[in-house]
Amino acid sequence: MSKSKFTTIGRKILMALSGFFLMFFLLQHLTINMLSVISPDTFNEVSQFMGTNPVVQFALQPVLIFAVFFHFIMGIVLELQNRRARTVKYAYNKPSANSNWMSRNMIYSGLVVLAFLGLHFYDFWVHEITEKYIDGDMTGLIDPNNPNSGYRYYDELSEKFIDPIRVIIYIISFVLLALHLLHGFQSSFQSVGVSKGKNFIKKFGNAFAIVVPAGFIFIAIFHFLQH
Amino acid sequence: MNLTLKIWRQKDAKSPGKMVTYPISNIEGHMSFLEMMDILNDELIEKGEEPVAFDHDCREGICGMCSMYINGEAHGPDRKVTTCQLHMRMFKDGETIHIEPFRANSFPVLKDLMVDRSAFDRIQQAGGYISVNTSGNTQDANSLPIPKADADLAMDAATCIGCGACVATCKNSSAMLFVSAKVSQYALLPQGQVEANDRVLNMVNQMDIEGFGNCTNTGACEVECPKGISLDNIARMNRELMKAKV
Repeated sequence: MSKSKFTTIGRKILMALSGFFLMFFLLQHLTINMLSVISPDTFNEVSQFMGTNPVVQFALQPVLIFAVFFHFIMGIVLELQNRRARTVKYAYNKPSANSNWMSRNMIYSGLVVLAFLGLHFYDFWVHEITEKYIDGDMTGLIDPNNPNSGYRYYDELSEKFIDPIRVIIYIISFVLLALHLLHGFQSSFQSVGVSKGKNFIKKFGNAFAIVVPAGFIFIAIFHFLQH
Repeated sequence: MNLTLKIWRQKDAKSPGKMVTYPISNIEGHMSFLEMMDILNDELIEKGEEPVAFDHDCREGICGMCSMYINGEAHGPDRKVTTCQLHMRMFKDGETIHIEPFRANSFPVLKDLMVDRSAFDRIQQAGGYISVNTSGNTQDANSLPIPKADADLAMDAATCIGCGACVATCKNSSAMLFVSAKVSQYALLPQGQVEANDRVLNMVNQMDIEGFGNCTNTGACEVECPKGISLDNIARMNRELMKAKV
């Protein structure tokens, strides 16, 4: 019987499960952000709800942060283990003959997305946590002393995309996220043992991997062009 | 055709190796890759040089012994063939061919192009069998009704010859395709059910002990496998492992 807590297969299953959670999160994040294009007022209302709802703040948010850290730490651990399994490299290798670039370079696309997450956390999450839990302003208003000043979320989002450099960083990051998802979506299903309907999973995964990042890029460009 | 061969030469397991260049002439397209290697070795012996050591046995794609990494691919550029089945017509006149041993820390090089693949034997011994009393009262296999589809999938998995091309090809040196084929060939049949849980746990555990890497689902193993073993077997093994763990 196996003595180890997690086998190599166990680790890849956990990698897939955290990936599923993160992909679901991406979808809901895109849905909410898309509201900023359609209706700034609705975007503000939903942002206030998400920012003050205790289930979102104290149950889902910690799970999300855990999933992000788990996914990238486990990804790095697996990559290091894999490199140790072949210390003498081939003098001549032709990996393009049997596999695609995305599947072979998940660590690099993942590291770019991770670097982006650092910027993204700095841009939005750190600011929100400071505003709400350090400064103690849970109102979400532009002027906390003026109930008629309106919510600040749309303005803050919009301001982030004045700088074209930041917009370009966002676009590059989401292109890398798309490449990550092009392999990651279908790979997650394979890891948890789903082999039936794999053609559909692959097609749906490809659509997901392109549409979701493209949606975020669209939002960034939309707000940039508004200025 | 005239070719330039760049071949990994390594005196023994402990010595460092290097790529050595050999020109070779008058190779016919109908020759197998191993026949070409035989001609090279004849020439080397005539010149008083050490012939290139390489594994081979049946030379008809069944034994899984031939194990060369040719021009960056396990068993060379053709599909669903072993090196012994690879024809020289796959190469062009004047081409340079790089020939290396299968590389993985779990497959240490013994000499030149020969590697030690006994890690596969130990994985197989950990659970790749069914315990049957063979002392004269063995039940006829055909007395158990088995759905045709299951029998076909089990047979497909059982065609794995354990050559190690999956490990050699995988960027992570993962042995998942091999182990999953050996797990699947029993998991699909009623005879394999009694020991199913212990089988998958023990074989995966042994795979990990041997130091093979993690599968990242690149699918390279399936492409390079001379027997076309499907990635579906890996998904099945993952299901078997989850079932055994729960």
